[in-house]
Order: sequence, then structure tokens, then C-alpha cells
Amino acid sequence: MGRITLDKVTKSFGEVQVIPPLDLSIEEGEFVVFVGPSGCGKSTLLRLIAGLEDTTSGHIRIDGEDATDLPPAKRRLAMVFQSYALYPHMTVRKNIAFPMRMAKLDKAEQDRRVEEAARVLNLTDYLDRRPGQLSGGQRQRVAIGRAIVREPAAFLFDEPLSNLDAALRVGMRLEISELHERLKTTMIYVTHDQVEAMTMADKIVVLQAGEIEQVGSPLDLYRTPRNRFVAGFIGSPKMNFIEGNAAKQHGAETIGIRPEHIDITETGEWSGTVGVSEHLGSDTFFHVHDTGLADVMTVRASGEVGYKHGDRIHMTPRPDMLHRFDASGLRIA
Amino acid sequence: MARAVTPRRKMLNTAVAWIIGLLIFFPILWIVILSFKTEGDAIRTPLGVLTSGWTFDSYSVVQERSDYFHHFWNSVILSVGSTVLGLVIAVPSAWAMAFVPGKQTKNVLMWMLSTKMLPPVGVLMPIYLICQSLGLLDTRIALTLILMMINLPIIIWMLYTYFREIPGDILEAARMDGAALKEEVLFVLLPMAVPGIASTLLLNIILAWNEAFWTLNLTAANSAPLTAFIASYSSPEGLFYAKLSAASTMAIAPILIMGWFSQKQLVRGLTFGAVK
Repeated sequence: MGRITLDKVTKSFGEVQVIPPLDLSIEEGEFVVFVGPSGCGKSTLLRLIAGLEDTTSGHIRIDGEDATDLPPAKRRLAMVFQSYALYPHMTVRKNIAFPMRMAKLDKAEQDRRVEEAARVLNLTDYLDRRPGQLSGGQRQRVAIGRAIVREPAAFLFDEPLSNLDAALRVGMRLEISELHERLKTTMIYVTHDQVEAMTMADKIVVLQAGEIEQVGSPLDLYRTPRNRFVAGFIGSPKMNFIEGNAAKQHGAETIGIRPEHIDITETGEWSGTVGVSEHLGSDTFFHVHDTGLADVMTVRASGEVGYKHGDRIHMTPRPDMLHRFDASGLRIA
Repeated sequence: MARAVTPRRKMLNTAVAWIIGLLIFFPILWIVILSFKTEGDAIRTPLGVLTSGWTFDSYSVVQERSDYFHHFWNSVILSVGSTVLGLVIAVPSAWAMAFVPGKQTKNVLMWMLSTKMLPPVGVLMPIYLICQSLGLLDTRIALTLILMMINLPIIIWMLYTYFREIPGDILEAARMDGAALKEEVLFVLLPMAVPGIASTLLLNIILAWNEAFWTLNLTAANSAPLTAFIASYSSPEGLFYAKLSAASTMAIAPILIMGWFSQKQLVRGLTFGAVK
């Protein structure tokens, strides 16, 4: 249960086509993350799957059945919204039970599932409160609770963590991953945060302007980005891109090297002046100027390394970690 | 940021507010005072009025001459009936305009409001003739329908504003949770809009209660509400100030008391959307 296929799906708002014909298949039990900059169409794509928007053309199949014209209620999908979208006039218990009430499940079964969901999500003590009396993290867990009691074919998450503070976000990320391990239900997760994508996904779908740039496992995308866009989008801090002669030497229009694949050495191929340093304790990131290669290059050093603003350093890229791109931005194998 | 207000300034503001409040309230206060006077005392100079004796005579005469409760009951039926009927029609139309707006939605809203800008007397003749040929003159049903229709634009506008404040996400969540349109409206939209619906209800009951043009022109005895009850005391034989005042006091008291107890709702209703 939970196999979703998109077949030449398009979406236009008036004259503007936001999703050009798009094919995608999501396997049963997969954790798929749609990632891309804002306005890339990832939320629209999720809403098309949910049925909250109508497709302009193409077909959406859920477990082999054509769901293109089914209303959201009939698609057996559950969705968790960025704003949580809890029902403010209902208690937590009623919020979680709402989908079962709509499905006319018997009362005893409803109670059993609410108790079970509350136990899993640590909400047992809050069942009789209203959403307004809960913290952001708790509200998000209620929203997840409301989604799991339905035992849907797939879960849809629309940027569920972006309203939480940084510490809570890391915690909820783990909880959602844990939930996926336990339920083994298909999950589709939309985010603009590539760290969320990298840490949670079985499969990442990178989108730009409604088009799929690349589909693959997090490490596939990290190791072999299909083009410059994916290379720059996946990985933090961003990959350094070098054009001109240095790239020509490697037989490419552009070469890319990640900050963690450059070593600071006594002598080296490249040199530059240290600008801002970011000390994270475990790592130090140097922003290096005057390299003659790119405006600024980012270099990672492991642990605490004490170069000062204005120090001159030498850098050596790891040759097997160079990415080469042609004039159109595509990867050269 | 709060503005600094000196105590002197504050006292001045309070005094001005009280004066304006009293000025607005004064006519009502005067009516109440006159209602407790004899006809003779009621037409004396203001000072004479205040210094003369007090009596309940006007009230007993008014109750004897015209049946207060008959009119009161008509007012209740007309105002509550027209408002509830209006809400039944307004909820779906406000829902449609708030959540599935089309290109013409704004224009439709303006068009509905524009009907409130026409002088009602312009359509008095046709409506009178329609009522006459349908045999609906001086019936509660005709008046309920007419009051509903003249207040419908206001009801729709108010509900539209409240509905717009409800996040669309929540309705979409209900749809994802398996709610059909009917369930979405009944279990999610309406409970969330209860404060707004309550103030719409209150305001429209008041508007319908006080409506005088149609209620005076289309009723005789059977369906006459309290407005007609008051008007019957300004008769060609001359004005009877004390009795007129007693009738007015009896007519406005119920709505005034209702308004007093629901002022929080009313204020919230009228400023909804302006302050968040």
C-alpha cells in the first residue's frame, strides 16, 4: 500500500504553467523528499498528489488506481501542514479522532487509536487541552497524531518543521524518521531545507521551476550531482564553483569542489587570503579571498584551526572529488 | 508604543467622552422621564418637567388601549425569523465568496451593498402591489421575507469578513481528513465562526427590530410590531407626549437590555478584522 505514480502531470494557473509534464514514481514504504528553492513548485506538486489542486493534464495513480479525479477525502492520504492546521475549537482528543469520526469508525476503536497515538507521541497528558494551550512542538505532534490514526496509504508533509525553532526542529526530524521506521508507510515530505532532505530521505527529488532536476538517494546526489544546480543545492556549505582557465585545465567549463574536499597545505595548487572564519568547534569554515579562481571560496578544516583574518594560505583540492560541468551545466562523466 | 498621557489630559478626555455619551443618550433618557409624567406635565418647560410629580398612569393607559404583548411578539418573530432565515441563505453564499472567489466576487459584493444605498421608498409601490396581489399584506410571513431581504447584504458582508479570517489550511485539513463539504462546513467552519455568527445575529436582530419603513407601510393590525405600536401614539388628534414616551420606552427596552448584555459580542463583531 502506498505506491504513487505521476504520469505526465501538468499544472497551470491561468496562462502560467507551474508544472511542465512530469513523471515520477514513488515506491511503497519510501521516504521521498521534494526539495528546491522557494517557488520551485514542490508544494504545488504535493497539493496535486493530495487532491487539493486539480491537475491540468496527466494522471496520478495511487496503488495502481487512477486517483486524478478523486476528491482529497477519497485518496486515503493524510497530510501534515506547515501551520499545523489543527481545529482550534476541538480538544486534542477530538482533533486526533476527527478523521476517524468522518470515516464513521466505532467509538471504542476511535478511543483505542487515539490513546495509542497519544502514547507514541507523548501527548497522553494533553488530550483534553485545546491546541491554543500547546507549544509549537506539541501542536505539530497533534497534527502527526491526526494523520497516523487514519492508517493512510501515504503521509504528505508540507514543510512541517519550518515554524519550529532550531533545537526542536532537530528533535522532530528524528521523531518523524523514527515514525517512518516503525510504520513503514510511504511518506512524501516537502522542504526547502537540504539538511532535512539529506538526513531523512530514502529518495530526494530536486525541483527547480517545476521540473525535476534529479532523483536519487541523498548520497547519490551528493557524490554525483547531475548538473550544476543540484551540485550547488545539495551540501552545506555550498560547493565552490570555478570557471575560466583553472576549469579548462580539467577539460570543463566549470569545475566544482566541496569545502570539505579542499585541504589546507604548506604549499599547494591554489592560494588565497583568509577572510571571515566560522568556528563551529568540530569544524572551522574559512572564506578565502583573492584566489584568482572565484570571488570567495569556502574551505573546511576539521576541528579548531586558528588562521586569522588576512593570513595567506595554500589549498589543495582532492583530485577524485572534483566535479566537472560542461557549458550547459551538465555533469561530464 | 503607548503614548504618554498626563493625568490632566486623561481627565479631560474622560469628561469629553462622558459629555458626548450623554448627548447621544439624552433623547432616550428624556423619553424615559416623560413616560413617568402626566400629559399636562410632559409639555411643560424642561425644568417644570423635572420638578413635577411622577406617575405610572401612561403605562397603564397604553397597555389598556393597545395590546403590548401582541406587538412585542410580532417584533420577536419578525426580527429573529428574518435574521435566522437570512443566515441560512448567507452562510453558503459567504462561504463561496470567501473560499472559492471568482473574478467577479468583489463586484458581486459591491452590487449587493449598493442595494442598501437605494432609497427603499423607490420600491415601495411594486412591493406593496406584489404583497397585495398575493394576499400577503399585513402578514408576518411577508414582512419576515422583506426584512430578511433588506438585511441580507449586511449579513453576507459580515459573514464574508469573518470567514476570510479563517485560515484556508484548516478547511483543507478537514478535506484531507475525509470530511465532505457538508461536514467541513458543519463541523469545522461554523464552530470556528461562532463569535462572528453571534454578532451578526445580534446586530441583525437589532436592525430588524428597529426597522420602521416597511413595518409601518405593510402592516395594519395583525402583524404590526412595536414600531407600529409607537407610531400609533402620534395620531391626527394630536401628540400625547407622555403616552408616546411610555410606548417608546416599552418598545425599546427589550432590545436595549439585550444590547446591554451582549455589548462585548457587538463591539467585537463590529471591529472584527480591524483589530487583530
